[in-house]
Amino acid sequence: MAGQVATGSRSGLRSALPLLLPAYLWLTVAIFLPLSAMVFFSFMTELPLAGKVWAFTLDNYTTFFSQGLYWRLLLASLRLGLEVTLWCVVIGYPAAYVLAKVLKGRSREAIFLLVILPFWSNGLVRIFSWAMVLREGGILDTALNAVLPFKINIDLMYSYPAVIIGLVHSYVPYMVLTCYLTLQAIDDSLIEAGRSLGASRLQMLKRVIIPLSMPGLVAGAALIFVPVVGSFMEPRILGGRTGTFYGTVIEDQFVAVFNWPLGAALSFILLAVVLVILALASPVLKRAA
Amino acid sequence: MAGVQVSSLSRSFGAHKALDDVSIDFADGGFYALLGPSGSGKTTLLRQIAGFDFPDSGRIAIGGESVERVPVEKRRIGMVFQNYALFPNMSVADNVAFGLSVRGEAKATIASEVQRALDLVQLGKLGSRRPHQLSGGQRQRVALARAIVTKPRVLLLDEPLGALDKALRVDMQIELKRIQREIGITTIFVTHDQEEALTMSDRIGILRDGRLVQEGSPEEIYDSPKSEFAATFLGDANIFRGETTGTGIRLPDGTAIAAGAGATLAAGAKASCAVRPERIRIAADSGMSDPNANILRGQVSKRIFAGNNSTYFVERDRQTLKVIVQNTGADRLAEGQDVVLRWSPESTVLIATS
Repeated sequence: MAGQVATGSRSGLRSALPLLLPAYLWLTVAIFLPLSAMVFFSFMTELPLAGKVWAFTLDNYTTFFSQGLYWRLLLASLRLGLEVTLWCVVIGYPAAYVLAKVLKGRSREAIFLLVILPFWSNGLVRIFSWAMVLREGGILDTALNAVLPFKINIDLMYSYPAVIIGLVHSYVPYMVLTCYLTLQAIDDSLIEAGRSLGASRLQMLKRVIIPLSMPGLVAGAALIFVPVVGSFMEPRILGGRTGTFYGTVIEDQFVAVFNWPLGAALSFILLAVVLVILALASPVLKRAA
Repeated sequence: MAGVQVSSLSRSFGAHKALDDVSIDFADGGFYALLGPSGSGKTTLLRQIAGFDFPDSGRIAIGGESVERVPVEKRRIGMVFQNYALFPNMSVADNVAFGLSVRGEAKATIASEVQRALDLVQLGKLGSRRPHQLSGGQRQRVALARAIVTKPRVLLLDEPLGALDKALRVDMQIELKRIQREIGITTIFVTHDQEEALTMSDRIGILRDGRLVQEGSPEEIYDSPKSEFAATFLGDANIFRGETTGTGIRLPDGTAIAAGAGATLAAGAKASCAVRPERIRIAADSGMSDPNANILRGQVSKRIFAGNNSTYFVERDRQTLKVIVQNTGADRLAEGQDVVLRWSPESTVLIATS
């Protein structure tokens, strides 16, 4: 029996090979090779361009540990990732619930489209439109002053809240989509069964719906947390001087300072830290899911 | 525990009348089947009694208390769903405990009540399992235990045996009936399976297009159906259509059929007669004579042998009649053979054509 299963899966792999090969070839060429080059760079003193002399070194990595600045920036970025993820849960989960369990047919499609829309618009356009809304004398400021009887000053531009707003806007669709999928899979009769047993809506949410949609929450959190920790576009444009994060420093190394080796080293440290966090969290998350 | 009274209940979804002026009295402690084809409104009625949906008009009372505007979580009913609807994130014991624990009962009380309920459905040892580790029949029992552990006033069952295979169904029918008797709870059971309705319930309500067609004990409905629909939906029936003579009908070809049961009608109106296939005697000739019996001649077109009985299809005057004969070892009739059918007027039910 066991032998049969083994041969079965081996021949299954062989027939699956033609289907897998294109994807893996592409991944090898497009991601693995450049990434290997980056690993290589991170151990060099100089970029081997224009005949510059270079040597192997660990300095790029020791810089991170010897200078408190990078530590502080990494912590700030991790905190930013955590906050953005939390806001995405707070905003995205209720929306996903309404989409999956309350709305039907046309209205669901329409609301869905509004959620997906940020995906389809260019990231820069999105961020600059936020800049127009958030700055002093911008749309939000003008609108509030037109409605309110007293004078207030709204100038969120170049602040931490502006960075959070921009990032949450960019990433909340991930949370909506992953939670929508798991909520959608919860049979309505489960909710009816719970109510027939006397459970209030809040009790149903706490004891049945949230536990059953945990896989979606976890997947959404992972999809949001990781890129936000390394993000640089939103912090730079909406954060101004307050928008210096780990991601913007890495970007600087590549596009401004041309210290690719340091930029590469910082990137891999970030990758390692994120992997460690996910590994530490996985037993907890698995139990919850 | 309590009886349920439904009076003049109506509910429409857009232009569709899902329930049209339905009134039924469900007696305290009874086992009641709501029987009907899909779309007949039986599930809508059950959901109204449960409180998942509110009526447009009419009244629902549980134990004499009006509940038609009370939401489901406050109605103190127990419900078993067709797909069981067990919480997959909880163990069997936690599923059964759910109703007690959301009420804030003490832990020790919950544990002993859950064990009692699981013992009642003969799953006492499986409390720590997860729903996905159970068979269909076991899940059904867990769903039942979960519904009755809170001591609801009424037990509502929405096609609870629909997902089980035939052998398991019969076991569960007996089991369900035993448990219902043991706790004496008023039970309302939705089904489209006429056999299930006949064998399990004290009373049956037949629904069609949102209306209650007939209501009564299984024997009453089977022996004296009040409409062609009731006659053919609950069991098999041969239907003859013609004009009434007051005590029977006259078929278009002039043959008279005497009826000993059913409606009293003024002569001349259109009416039908229903005869159950097992009430008809079939023979090769008109040897024995009973002056009162209804007699028809025809030809066997098909015979289906089913072991303990045989079904004959007999053609006469562009109509196919069905006759079921117990296997007594007597001579069997061949296909193509001319036969005489006879049955007593007492086996014939006169039905007004609406």
